[in-house]
Amino acid sequence: MNHNHLSAAQIAYVNAHKVHKIKIQLYRFGILFLFLVLWEGSTRMGLVDDFIFSSPSKLLLCFCRMTKENTLFYHIVITLAETLISFFLVMVTSLLVTILLWYSKTLTETLDPYLVVLNSLPKSALAPLLIVWLGANYKTIILTGMSVAIFGTILNLYIGFREVDPEKLKLIQTLGGSKNHALLKVILPANLVNIIGLMKSNIGLCLVGVIIGEFIASKCGLGYLIIYGSQIFKLDWVILSILILCIIAMGLYGAIRILEKWYQKHM
Amino acid sequence: MEPLITCNHVNYTYHTLQGETPALRNIDFQVKKGEFVSIVGPSGCGKSTLLSLLCGLLEPESGTIEFCGEPLSNKNRSNIGYMLQHDHLFEWRSVRKNILLGLEIQKKLSPESIQEADHLLKLYGLYPFKDAKPSQLSGGMRQRAALIRTLLLHPELLLLDEPFSALDYQTRLQVSDDIGSIIRNSKKTAILVTHDLSEAVSLGDRIIVLTAVPAMVKKIITTDFPKDMSPLERRNTSEFKDYFNLIWKELNPHEP
Repeated sequence: MNHNHLSAAQIAYVNAHKVHKIKIQLYRFGILFLFLVLWEGSTRMGLVDDFIFSSPSKLLLCFCRMTKENTLFYHIVITLAETLISFFLVMVTSLLVTILLWYSKTLTETLDPYLVVLNSLPKSALAPLLIVWLGANYKTIILTGMSVAIFGTILNLYIGFREVDPEKLKLIQTLGGSKNHALLKVILPANLVNIIGLMKSNIGLCLVGVIIGEFIASKCGLGYLIIYGSQIFKLDWVILSILILCIIAMGLYGAIRILEKWYQKHM
Repeated sequence: MEPLITCNHVNYTYHTLQGETPALRNIDFQVKKGEFVSIVGPSGCGKSTLLSLLCGLLEPESGTIEFCGEPLSNKNRSNIGYMLQHDHLFEWRSVRKNILLGLEIQKKLSPESIQEADHLLKLYGLYPFKDAKPSQLSGGMRQRAALIRTLLLHPELLLLDEPFSALDYQTRLQVSDDIGSIIRNSKKTAILVTHDLSEAVSLGDRIIVLTAVPAMVKKIITTDFPKDMSPLERRNTSEFKDYFNLIWKELNPHEP
């Protein structure tokens, strides 16, 4: 922005906006800093038991030790890979199923009650069944991750497909286009914003599903570390894993936000 | 002159679980090559249904529609262009890509057709905006872009479904004058459906007046303006007022 051409009032407005942004960032980091200081202080003063609540310094030591032993990254990579595979499969499968539903009104009307029931079902209830059917392995975990997001995604995508202005579809017909043209030239492009929105919510949901799966059917991954750590009272492991999960969730969401911003800039 | 499109005793009824609604009854008319025909009628009388039938998007319940003396089919449907009430330019495509949509769908994209598109964009003052998004265009420019999208397919017959109704009054006058002149200069045959009587008179060589639903042809009025007179110039003639009043009386027979 060239400040030479801006009025004093405009410059003051822009500066006030920048100051506001910096203030918000400072408040955010301030809360985190205060929380860490209070946590560390209260464990050192003996106000809370660091065996149960751990402390930032103990977590840092635990992080360094596990990094040196190369165990932490192994668990992180496993959870991350399972989450990304679940996410990818959810998006592709949901899109394909929704396209099929859009093509066939009969199929939609037939499957509608099943989709509604499956979407309402608590997905963690499926996990024990999946272990029996598929075994305690990565397939069960990926399927659990998928089961959390897939039905809601199909229902939401279908609503998005149906909400496209019928006149736009009529235009394709008047130009001599088929249903395939309507899908490729109107329905899918018109739903890209909706698809990116669903990606934003699904990446978190898949992480939740994968952790549920790892709780019950895994020998590796952050979910396993949490459940195993709690069983042998290694609460440093548990809390460190939870913190890493927070960072992973933020990172994955951030990656989709970058994709969204790229789309908004280029489309 | 041989008729380009003929409606022979066309009937159409909408069916729902609540019952059936007759939309068109015994519609009978012909449109000759090079003619501009306006269709007017009370709101909801079935004007748009008639255009959908003429375009082959719907099939008559009974009666026939012939295009160049042959029954309307998928084969000759590609000779009919349709301009909808809203321009429906897609925001995810540039103006140029929007006007090429029909050619893309019909697999007729070629360096020559792209050159023709650019020529039409220049002719109608849209070339500087070819890479812009539709939201950057004014209402009138958007309608012109929609017309170019239709014209690029070289239709012999143009169906216009209230194409100016979404525009404000001033733009509407300007755009209907523009588009009317473009269609006349390119010697296209056109059928315009409108609820605006002034528009119908200023653009039409003949005006078909329909009754309330189920629509029937009540009267066909032939206008007698000089061929080279623009739609805006027609509005300033004394005959314009006479035609307007004549149609008004047909549509409102009980008013004094």
